[in-house]
Amino acid sequence: MNDSQPITPTPVAAYSPGTISRVAALRRRLAPTGNTGDAVFRALLGASAVLLLVVVVMLIAVMWWNSRLSIAAFGWGFLTSREWNPGREIYGALPYVYGTLASSLLALLISVPLSLGVAVFLTEQAPRRIARPVTFLVELLAAIPSVVYGLWGIFVLAPFLRENIAPIFSTTLGWSPFFSGSLRGGSLLTGGIILAIMITPIITAIVRDVLSVVPVAQREAALALGATRWETSRVVLANGAAGIAGAIILGLGRAVGETMAVTMVIGNRAEISLSVFDPSYSIAAVLANEFREATTDLHRSSLVELGLILLFVTILINGAARLLVWSVKEK
Amino acid sequence: MNQTPIAARPVVADAPRATSEATPPKISVANLNFYYGKSQALYDITLDIPPRQVMAFIGPSGCGKSTFLRTLNRMNDTIPGTRAEGRVMIDGQDIYAPGTDVVALRRKVGMVFQKSNPFPKSIFDNVAYGLRINGMSSSKNDLEARVEKALQNAALWTEVKDRLKTSALGLSGGQQQRLCIARALAVEPEVVLMDEPASALDPIATQKIEELIVELKRQYTIVIVTHNMQQAARVSDLTAFFWLGKLVEVTATEKIFTNPNQKLTEDYITGRFG
Repeated sequence: MNDSQPITPTPVAAYSPGTISRVAALRRRLAPTGNTGDAVFRALLGASAVLLLVVVVMLIAVMWWNSRLSIAAFGWGFLTSREWNPGREIYGALPYVYGTLASSLLALLISVPLSLGVAVFLTEQAPRRIARPVTFLVELLAAIPSVVYGLWGIFVLAPFLRENIAPIFSTTLGWSPFFSGSLRGGSLLTGGIILAIMITPIITAIVRDVLSVVPVAQREAALALGATRWETSRVVLANGAAGIAGAIILGLGRAVGETMAVTMVIGNRAEISLSVFDPSYSIAAVLANEFREATTDLHRSSLVELGLILLFVTILINGAARLLVWSVKEK
Repeated sequence: MNQTPIAARPVVADAPRATSEATPPKISVANLNFYYGKSQALYDITLDIPPRQVMAFIGPSGCGKSTFLRTLNRMNDTIPGTRAEGRVMIDGQDIYAPGTDVVALRRKVGMVFQKSNPFPKSIFDNVAYGLRINGMSSSKNDLEARVEKALQNAALWTEVKDRLKTSALGLSGGQQQRLCIARALAVEPEVVLMDEPASALDPIATQKIEELIVELKRQYTIVIVTHNMQQAARVSDLTAFFWLGKLVEVTATEKIFTNPNQKLTEDYITGRFG
């Protein structure tokens, strides 16, 4: 094996003393263990890593290229324009960017406390015979296809919100801009709640894993000082802060990119309104709805540019997550 | 200082009781049995711990001395499936009586663990933690004064006073353990339980902890589990020897190391087994 697959193809006899040592150095670098199999293994791993990088770069390049018409026509104004009118060939991304971020943040607002609560319950409080089936259930929820959530959203959640929940908010909080007007069909609220339901299992599962590796010694330290269960749980959460931040960002990433369920319940109207009762639209939803009907080049190009924006938003979120995790770790 | 040796009696089968005539015991344990699920870890332990003295628990690994220590502040409650039978009285109160406030108990009976376990917070916040959760400081100045006092009591103040805001995780192993002691002392407990507090430390750090223990017994009742018999001899007034979940002998430290009542104790101390 070693002899049949030499690392360098050149015959050894041709080397001058100088090159021999250089080749030996190269050989050592490629295969620190002096084993050809390891060198092949190393090369394969390196190639996979490079391939991944190539895919990302190609993705961005191709999307950039295909959105050149729209970039040329609207420039930076694409990001700030509120009008999206295929009839007049005017395209602006702001309502979609707003809808995407607003629905995702609303989802986080609902999901994060719920997820932390469930995770703390599972790791700190629940007896094992309850914790195990609940954990299994949570993981099961994470695996349900999003279209199923969307259907449930249309047939169960939306009517329920319209008839039972929205009136309560209208009468108590109707004065605030966030709950003005009334809920009719699809809305930011419905989209946000669907997203919250979809990301809660993911965040819960990761936070549970994070909390379960917090050393018992940390819990004992708090308990021995006269901490209550609540105070001890806070110590455990503080220990897992970096991982929890990562889990939340991962949930946010999923919410931002989620297409199917949101398209089905968010109302699909490109308007910017503070009220959660008004319909909204997300980038992923408009891509799904309009891509096959886009007849003009500029329309198609604008949709690709929307996709590019979504990609950058996702990269930004992940970058922020990294920074957050680093900053927490350094403390 | 009350150095009167406690009257010791041989103690395997008959219920042993070490009594001090001068003062009532701080901790009084009677017929304590302890179980991890179905397996019994402690058999019929009866002993008294007088106030403001150091009692050391010695014995081979797995003999139940740590388990016993953890019954004294009900730390074993956190392990599912454990069960204690018998009576543990602290200041005349049965701590296993129904309705006992375990949170208040643990404030009164502090604990230092084998492996130092500072929180991933600053040095100051570590010591202040117990004060804050127990609402023990009236103002910022008071909090700072209490933290300083606790760090001084733990002989750590001079080493950390210029970097109270830095992470506790940046301290050396010995400093971390003294920080954990300071953290335990800050809430002003009456009893301090120490589970092999120096077993992971180098000789110099160990010596500091031992000097500290001798210093602390002026104010606190201290119970220390140790594997190191020299350590028990150096720091404790009383020593209890455990063997296979039973209390074999409890008596004055001087006596147990020179002339123990039980053959088993003598064999262990002289290194014939264990």
